[in-house]
Amino acid sequence: MALSRPYGDRDILLETKGLTKIFGGLKAVRDFDCAVHKGEILSLIGPNGAGKTTVFNVVTGIYTPEHGEVIFKGRKITGHKPHRIVSHGIARTFQNIRLFQDMTCLENIMAGQHCRTSSGLISSVIRTPGMRREEQRTRKVAEDRIKQVELWPFKEELAKNIAYGSQRRLEIARALASEPEILVLDEPSSGLNPKETQDLMEFLKRLILHEDLTILLIEHDMNVVMGISDWVVVMDEGRKIAEGMPEDIYNNEDVIEAYLGKDEGEAYVGPVVHW
Amino acid sequence: MNGSNAPTFVSALFGKRWYLPLAAIIVLIAYPFFVSNYLIDIAFFFGIYALLGLSLNIVLGEVGLFDLGHAGFYAIGAYLTAILNTRYQIPILVLLPISGLAAALFAYIVCSPIIHLKGDYLCVVTIGMGEIVRLALINNLFDLTGGPNGVFGVDFPRIGGFTVDSSIKYYFLIWIVVGLAIVGLVSLQHSRIGRAWNCIREDGIAAGASGINVRYYKLLAFIIGAGLAGVAGNIYASKLMCVSPESFTFWESCLMFCIVLIGGMGSIPGVLIGAAFISLFPEIFRPFALYRMLVFGSVMIMMMMFRPGGFWPRKRGGVTYRSLMEDAGNGSV
Repeated sequence: MALSRPYGDRDILLETKGLTKIFGGLKAVRDFDCAVHKGEILSLIGPNGAGKTTVFNVVTGIYTPEHGEVIFKGRKITGHKPHRIVSHGIARTFQNIRLFQDMTCLENIMAGQHCRTSSGLISSVIRTPGMRREEQRTRKVAEDRIKQVELWPFKEELAKNIAYGSQRRLEIARALASEPEILVLDEPSSGLNPKETQDLMEFLKRLILHEDLTILLIEHDMNVVMGISDWVVVMDEGRKIAEGMPEDIYNNEDVIEAYLGKDEGEAYVGPVVHW
Repeated sequence: MNGSNAPTFVSALFGKRWYLPLAAIIVLIAYPFFVSNYLIDIAFFFGIYALLGLSLNIVLGEVGLFDLGHAGFYAIGAYLTAILNTRYQIPILVLLPISGLAAALFAYIVCSPIIHLKGDYLCVVTIGMGEIVRLALINNLFDLTGGPNGVFGVDFPRIGGFTVDSSIKYYFLIWIVVGLAIVGLVSLQHSRIGRAWNCIREDGIAAGASGINVRYYKLLAFIIGAGLAGVAGNIYASKLMCVSPESFTFWESCLMFCIVLIGGMGSIPGVLIGAAFISLFPEIFRPFALYRMLVFGSVMIMMMMFRPGGFWPRKRGGVTYRSLMEDAGNGSV
């Protein structure tokens, strides 16, 4: 079912089969099939209201689908609670940044480590040596991550006080702190200026290169999509209408139609547009 | 802590003002030897309110769950102590942990089905829960609670030959318990559990998406908060030697709510300030009893206008944004 990749198939890490999510009378996602291969950057694109974020919310456990399955590493994870999905190894960010505003940047990232630590109530109250060691390790991991996203000077600053672009990076760092195998980014470049967007792309490329990671992202900025994706899946009205290599998608009739509508060719001024 | 800048116990609570807790402890120990029994009793009730404030602070301050039925948990602890002690002569100090556990168990049972409710909805349900407890007590539940009169003749706490039977001994009992609670709660604040609680308060969905089991930690907060309130109920019952439903009214829950709000949500020194305010205020203004609620109300309003974060809000992080910008400015120019 999953289309094979021209650049060579690797193991399928995450897969959705026949995913359907209904809100009242609206079928936000219908019969959505998609496969994310290990180590690739897969972009999910589509016009507003196409159901991209709904797919993300189903995959990360915020919604339970009406039909269909989400399979991660060969295991069914449909309907699992968000915190369990994170501990399986799927971490996400949000379209409208959701940080813990009144906590410091470092604490935000330390929260990401929560599912990889296990100190319980009693050991936390009496501060056992094991709990202290774990706490030190959590801090170390968080400090490494905060350096990685170049926010070290702000580590003791409250998350709400740092700049918007920095907040985006902080959110990614928090997701990375949960040691995910797949990173799910919902419009990571929205609200960023061109320079910041460029930095973000470089950062994601470095991540894929240096860490054992797979990235699934929703993106509106076509420069980003074309620049970093290995594979692109296009959605419209809750359905998958096309998938393929970025350059194929670029010239795909159905895709252009979905974005710009039929018989409005005169509005279309060539392939290089910021949709 | 071997070179790491992780906050230590005292620095976490007071920053560089480490001498503050030391002074507070010395004053607390010396205080009862210099004042009348009346003033010692006032300080005892300050301790009770401090413990209740700390217990509600876990639920309201740390996790941000509106709980206006906390007096219910307090009542469970007090009545359990009174009934088991008067009927079966179980020693008060044995009942101390038992009343805490019973209140915690009660919280687990009643809160499990409502824990997913948000904000004001949860608030309304907890008000109902508190009132149901009080009404059950008034209506002489199972012929155990003694109806509107309550239960009389609760014993003193005893260990071996030592009996806690005077104001000064009760004073030390409650403040030792408050001290232990503070130590435990500060440890919790600086653990993954405390962070998880704060994350849920800040953004429940993001907390879930960061791997925190939101439901579990909300329930845990209720259970620990109720347990501490139950312990406070135990000490209260033996101090007054009787319990009656009018000690556990909705007003009592409101006072606890005020303690947390006055001090600053999630701030332990703040809770102590709030508890001092709530317990000392009526005594100071006793000569003007007629007008004291008027003054109390005005003070609350002023407070919300001028210090909405509370008198001693919890401070996080070491550096402020402004100081950082100044540093950057000095460095580059």
